[in-house]
Amino acid sequence: MSALTTTAPAVTEAPQAVRRKRRSLSPGRRLPAARLVGPVLLVALWAAASAAGRLDPGAIPAPWTVLKTGARLWTDGTLPDDILTSLQRAASGFAIGLVAGVALALAAGLSRVGEALIDGTVNLNRAIPTLGLIPLFILWLGIGETFKIAIIAIVVYIPIYLNTHAALAGIDSRFVELAEVQGLNRFQFIRQIVIPGALPGFFVGLRLGVTGSWLGLVVLEQINATSGLGYMMFQAQNYGQSDVILVGLVVYGVFGLVSDSAVRLIERRVLSWRRTLSS
Amino acid sequence: MATHTEQLTRPAVQLRGLTRSFDGRTVLDGIDLDIPAGQFVALLGHSGSGKSTLLRAVAGLDHEVAGSGQFTAPERISVVFQDSRLLPWRRVLDNVLLGTDGVDRGRAALEEVGLKGRERAWPNELSGGEAQRAALARSLVREPELLLADEPFGALDALTRIKMHALLRELWERHRPSVLLVTHDVDEAIVLADRVLVLEEGRIGLDLAIEPPHPRSYRDPLLGEYRERLLKALGVTEDHA
Repeated sequence: MSALTTTAPAVTEAPQAVRRKRRSLSPGRRLPAARLVGPVLLVALWAAASAAGRLDPGAIPAPWTVLKTGARLWTDGTLPDDILTSLQRAASGFAIGLVAGVALALAAGLSRVGEALIDGTVNLNRAIPTLGLIPLFILWLGIGETFKIAIIAIVVYIPIYLNTHAALAGIDSRFVELAEVQGLNRFQFIRQIVIPGALPGFFVGLRLGVTGSWLGLVVLEQINATSGLGYMMFQAQNYGQSDVILVGLVVYGVFGLVSDSAVRLIERRVLSWRRTLSS
Repeated sequence: MATHTEQLTRPAVQLRGLTRSFDGRTVLDGIDLDIPAGQFVALLGHSGSGKSTLLRAVAGLDHEVAGSGQFTAPERISVVFQDSRLLPWRRVLDNVLLGTDGVDRGRAALEEVGLKGRERAWPNELSGGEAQRAALARSLVREPELLLADEPFGALDALTRIKMHALLRELWERHRPSVLLVTHDVDEAIVLADRVLVLEEGRIGLDLAIEPPHPRSYRDPLLGEYRERLLKALGVTEDHA
């Protein structure tokens, strides 16, 4: 007790700081609508430069010109058609790639035979730039929809496979031991431990796959298409319509952003047990 | 009490010539051991003395370890590890029910370990002591005949550890499983167990019955003698001079 009373004056001698100042290493609180700040600023800059006449309207038309063109293309029905075609391609390719990536990752991650057969093969596939397969695929599958969907599926499945497989291989062996102790059968083990444990890795792959599907789409539609957004932009290039090209880019951008946000939303829901730096 | 002594006559665990080796290095060297049903046994030893190897052998977790010997162990075995090993993606109650069902029994087990109301919490919201309580509840819910515990309190702070000792003993009193507690903490072994084994160079070097009645205090002078004998068996002298 006497020790306590003798130390008390020492505390009152330095009353300046309520708490000790320590540099925080966490990035701190999120800014409101953080993801929109950059894009909005960029558009504002673009609009200001156009209004001030500092941009060549033939090369970079003003934002409102792009909007007007977009509205015109939408009402005359060409833009909805092109968007629908592109969406269908991206969605089909993405769905096939997603299923293939997950199925192969599970097969390779859960059995040694599967790993021996699949893992090396996929890594070989990864080493070949997928867009370099386009000529071959056209010869095999013709220049119709099939080869486009096949290319997109390949672009999508590789990151999903790689990340999901890495996550499966990285399941903590202590959890495997726990499953044995708790008497889980193989099916319960996969459903209750393997799959939830691999989900964070899967979502990394999923986001890369979504981005990849749009990337593949842009390239495919600009070189071998007779319809779709990329075709629309390619035609506009021939006629020097930079506003139409920008409409196409905006639509691609919006789709990319929306699909990525959707995946992130699902990820946050599904992985709500994780509390990391980003939450 | 009569049923209790009757239980004790039937051995729950019986090891005969149990041998295990890693890369030619013999870790367990022909161990013979009987643990009567309902007995609380602590297994002491230096790190690397093979005490975890013994526990893992009884738990059936040593798939790829070379060895020989026979053992019988009960059907229902629970294991508590040093880490709580809760699955971070399952809420506490779902962790407790891993591999079994029966929500009511899960809730009851959580209440028994003092975690009532935390059923819906995520494991990363629990403190170290709470997580280990949840792990105990997970092992209880299966109504084990044999509870294997591998340094279950090794990662806890001293104050939490004392509380957990009392809890484990209390749970044992109520459910009466056989217990094999692996620890390197001599005091923990003396306070909790009815019988302490010292593992030394792959063999049981000392088999000591601890007789004072429970609950035992850490400062009970009677326990001093046991402590001395066990430390001596472990090759440690308390001479700090």
